[in-house]
Amino acid sequence: MIDTLTHLDRLEAESIHIMREVMADAAKPVMLYSVGKDSAVMLHLARKAFYPSPPPFPLLHVDTTWKFKAMYELRDRMAAESGMELIVYQNPEAKERGINPFDHGPLHTDMWKTEGLKQALDLYGFDVAFGGARRDEEKSRAKERIFSFRTASYGWDPKKQRPELWNLYNARKAKGESIRVFPISNWTELDIWQYIARENIPIVPLYFAAPRPTVERDGLLLMVDDERFPLKDGEVPVERSVRFRTLGCYPLTGAVESEASTLSEVIQEMLLTTTSERQGRIIDKDGGDASMEKKKQEGYF
Amino acid sequence: MTDPVYVTDALIAEDIDAYLAGHEKKSLLRFITCGSVDDGKSTLIGRLLYDSKMIFEDQLAALEADSKRVGTQGQEIDFALLVDGLAAEREQGITIDVAYRFFTTEKRKFIVADTPGHEQYTRNMVTGASTADLAVILIDARKGVLTQTRRHSFLAHLIGIKHIVLAVNKMDLVGYDKTVFERILLSYRAFASEIGITNFTAIPISGFKGDNITALSDNMPWFNGPALIEHLENVEIGAAADEAKPFRLPVQWVNRPNLDFRGFSGQLASGKVRPGDAVRILPSGKTTTVDRIVTLDGDLGEAVAGQSVTLTLADEVDCSRGDVIAAADNPPEAADQFEATLVWMADEAMIPGRAYWLKLATQSVSATVQAPKYEINVNTLDHLAAKTLDLNGIGVVEISTDKPIVFEAYGDNRTLGGFILIDKLTNATVAAGMLHFSLRRAQNVHWQATDISREMRSDLKNQKPALLWFTGLSGSGKSTIANLVEKKLHRMNRHSFLLDGDNVRHGLNRDLGFTEADRIENIRRVGEVAKLMTDAGLIVITAFISPFRAEREMVRSMLPEGEFIEIFIDTPLAEAERRDVKGLYKKARAGQLKNFTGIDSPYEAPENPEIRIDTTAMTPEQAADVIIDRLLG
Ligand SMILES: Nc1nc2c(ncn2[C@@H]2O[C@H](COP(=O)(O)OP(=O)(O)OP(=O)(O)O)[C@@H](O)[C@H]2O)c(=O)[nH]1
Ligand SMILES: [Mg+2]
Repeated sequence: MIDTLTHLDRLEAESIHIMREVMADAAKPVMLYSVGKDSAVMLHLARKAFYPSPPPFPLLHVDTTWKFKAMYELRDRMAAESGMELIVYQNPEAKERGINPFDHGPLHTDMWKTEGLKQALDLYGFDVAFGGARRDEEKSRAKERIFSFRTASYGWDPKKQRPELWNLYNARKAKGESIRVFPISNWTELDIWQYIARENIPIVPLYFAAPRPTVERDGLLLMVDDERFPLKDGEVPVERSVRFRTLGCYPLTGAVESEASTLSEVIQEMLLTTTSERQGRIIDKDGGDASMEKKKQEGYF
Repeated sequence: MTDPVYVTDALIAEDIDAYLAGHEKKSLLRFITCGSVDDGKSTLIGRLLYDSKMIFEDQLAALEADSKRVGTQGQEIDFALLVDGLAAEREQGITIDVAYRFFTTEKRKFIVADTPGHEQYTRNMVTGASTADLAVILIDARKGVLTQTRRHSFLAHLIGIKHIVLAVNKMDLVGYDKTVFERILLSYRAFASEIGITNFTAIPISGFKGDNITALSDNMPWFNGPALIEHLENVEIGAAADEAKPFRLPVQWVNRPNLDFRGFSGQLASGKVRPGDAVRILPSGKTTTVDRIVTLDGDLGEAVAGQSVTLTLADEVDCSRGDVIAAADNPPEAADQFEATLVWMADEAMIPGRAYWLKLATQSVSATVQAPKYEINVNTLDHLAAKTLDLNGIGVVEISTDKPIVFEAYGDNRTLGGFILIDKLTNATVAAGMLHFSLRRAQNVHWQATDISREMRSDLKNQKPALLWFTGLSGSGKSTIANLVEKKLHRMNRHSFLLDGDNVRHGLNRDLGFTEADRIENIRRVGEVAKLMTDAGLIVITAFISPFRAEREMVRSMLPEGEFIEIFIDTPLAEAERRDVKGLYKKARAGQLKNFTGIDSPYEAPENPEIRIDTTAMTPEQAADVIIDRLLG
C-alpha cells in the first residue's frame, strides 16, 4: 500500500495532537520560546494546531540579556505575527548582580536560565510548559517522556517516569506540580531542517553563513555581537564566513566556518559533518558525563 | 569495509536536493529491542547507530573514554553506553528506562526504542512496545529462552506488534555454532505458537562484534540470511492500513475563535473524511454532514487516518471533547461495561471496586475494576485465579465506567480500544488496558423516566436534599454528633435519615468484611443508598469511618454539585485511643483485630472538607450547632 502521508506529515500530525491534548487538563499552559530553529518549528506547529484561533497560550522567553541581536529581532517579529502574547522574563537578581558569561562561568546559565525559568513559572503560575527538546539531541533527552512530570520544585526524577502508552498522555497532576511537554520529541535535526524548508518557516539568519566578526577562544569561534564582548590584550576580531548550528548566548555559542548560505547547503553540511549539533555548546560539558541529566533534575529545561 | 547500505555521502555531496527528495519519501519503521537482562539489547542498538554513522566524532571520543572507565568490555568499546544515557544506568550497567534513538539507511528511517530487560522495569518495556511496528527479541545464545524472553514476547504480541524478529545474540561466545542457534530456535518456536505468534524471523547475530547486522557474516556461513538490517528495511508495515477502516475522529478540542466559527479538532483514528460526508456524533447519536476541513494551509478536499485536522459541521449539533465523530452509516458502539486485558504497572496492587480514572482516546471517565476473572502466568500461560493484580501482573478483568464511552475492540482499532487507568489520588498511570468487547450495550439500559422529579419531592418537604457525610477515626465521635444533628433537624421539621456504619453492616452489607476491597464496596453501596434517599428529598446523614479519600470522592461525584457535605470529625488518634469507648483500640493493639483504621490500616484525612470539627475544642452539642448552621444558614 502506498503511504498517503510522508514521514514529515506524520510528525506534524503527532505534534499537533500533543499540543491539543495539553489543552484538556492544563490550567495555565505556556510555550517556552528560545528563538532557535526548534522553537521556530514548535511555534509554527502551534499555529497550525489551533488555527483559525491563535494558540491559546503565551510565549515565554527566559532571557539572559546575552542572546544574539538577531534573535531579539526575530523574536519580536514572530510574536507580533502569531498574535500571541510574548512574556520576556529576566531574573532580577542576575540583572542586579550583573551576572555574565565572561566573569561568572556556569553561574551564568544557572541564574539566568535555570533559576530564571523557575521564577517565571512561579510568578505566572504556569502548570504546563511546552519545550522544543528533541530526543536525538542528547542521551538523557532520549530517555525522556513526551509529557515529563516535574515536582513542585521543578525536579525531574528519571527513575519515576510515568508509563506513556500509545498516544495517550496522562496530564493529571496535583497542585504545585507541573508538566513539561515536548511536542517535537520524535523529530531529528534533519526532520527539522526539511520541515523548515517545506513550510518556509522564518529562522534567525545566523543559521546561514555570512561574514561576521569573530575571535577564537578555547577552541571555539565566538562572534563579537556587541560592544560588551571584552577583548583581551591584542585580540582583534577577524571577519570570517561563519554560521551557527544552535543558538544561545552569543559568548557561549561556537560558530563553524562555512560557506553554506542556503537551506540546502546548510543541510548538506550538516549531513556531511563529523561532529554533533551540541558540540558548540558549553552547557553540556561542565559537569562531565551526566551533566544534562543533572541539570534537568535541578529544573533546567 | 565499505558498506553498501550507507553509501550516501557521495550523493549528498553531489546533489543534495536529489538526496533530500529521496529521503523525504522514505518510510518509517518503529521497532523495539526486548528480552531478558543482559541479552545485549542496548549493545545491539549502539551497534546499529555506530554502523549507520549516527555517531559523531566527538561522541565517539567520549564513548571510547567512557568504555574504558565504566564499560563492561575491558578496553574495547561498550556500545551499550551509547544508549544507556542515565547516570544510574551507566553505573549499574543495566537499562532502566526506554531510550528512543533514530537512524536512517538508504531505504528507510528508523525509530528504535531500547527497552529494559529487568522485570522491575517491565512497564517501561510496555511503554516502548505500544508504539512499535516490530519487536527484536534478543536471546543470549548461552542462556536460551528465559522467563523475561517469554514475558516480553507475550507482551509484544498482546499489544499487537505484528512483526517479531528472534535475534539469537552473542553467537561469538558459542563459537558461532549452528546447533546452538537451531536448538534455541526450536524451543522458541514451541512457545511462540502457544501464544499465537505464528510467524517470526530468526537471525543469529553478535551485536558486540557486528556479525549478521548490516551484512551476512563470514563467521556463520551456514546462515543464508537475511542480515538484521536487510530484514528491517524490507518488512512490510502497511502504515496506511488504517485508512481502509471506517472514519473515526475523537474530538480533542473545540475551536471557537469567534461566534461565527465552531470547529472540532482532532486526529483521525481511522478512515477518511471529505466535505459533504454524513457523520454521526457519538455517544449522542446525532447526525449531520461535514462542511469544511480547515487547516492553516487552506481547506482540504480529504483527510486520512493519522492526520490532525479541524472539521466544521453543517448543523449546530452538540459536540465536545470526548465525543467521537464517525461515519454515519458505520459508527462504533458506546457502552459502560467491558471485558479487557489489563497490564498492571504500579507498585501498589490493583484494588477491586476502587474508582480510577480511565482515559481512552480523548475520553476521561471514572471506572471501577472487578477482581480479575483470571491472571495469566507468562511462563506456563496458565490461567490462575486471582483476587488482584500486582506490579507487572497481566489479567482479564471486567470494568464498568460511570458513563458510556465510545469504543472499539483493541484488535480493530488501537486508538478506540487502548486505555490507561490513573490513580485518582497520586495521579500515577497504574495500568494499560486493551478492550475486548462490551458486556452489555449501554443503549439497552434506559433510565426509567418518572413524572415526579426530585425537585418536586423535596419541595413538598420544604427543604433542600443533602448528604451529610461524617468521616473520622473509630471513636472520634461521628455517631454521637450525627445523632444530635438528626435530633435537632427533626425538631425543626426536617425530613432526615441517619445511616449508621454498624447498623448497615447488620443488614445491607452483612456479606462484607474489613479488607480494603470490602470496605470500598461497603462505601459504594452506602453511597448509592444515600443517593436514592436524596432523590427522595431527604437530608441523609451517614456516619462511617470511610478512611479512603478516593471512595469519599466517588460518593461526592454521584451527587449533584453542592449536595455532598463532607464533615471531618477531627480527633487525634491518641485522643480516640484514650477514649476507646468500644474497647476496639485495645483489641487492635493486642493483634486481635486486623485492618483496624489508624493502627494497621491507614486513615486518609480529608484535604478540603466542607466542615471540620475539632472535638478537642468543642462539645458534641456545639459541634451539632455548627453543622446545622452551615446546612441551613
Ligand atoms: N561477547 C558478546 N558480548 C555481548 C554481546 N552483546 C552484548 N554483550 C555484552 O553483554 C553485556 C550486557 O549487554 P547490554 O547491551 O547492556 O544488555 P541489555 O540487554 O541491554 O541489558 P538490560 O537493558 O539491562 O536488560 C555487556 O557487557 C555487553 O557488552 C555480543 O554479541 N557478544
Ligand atoms: Mg539495555
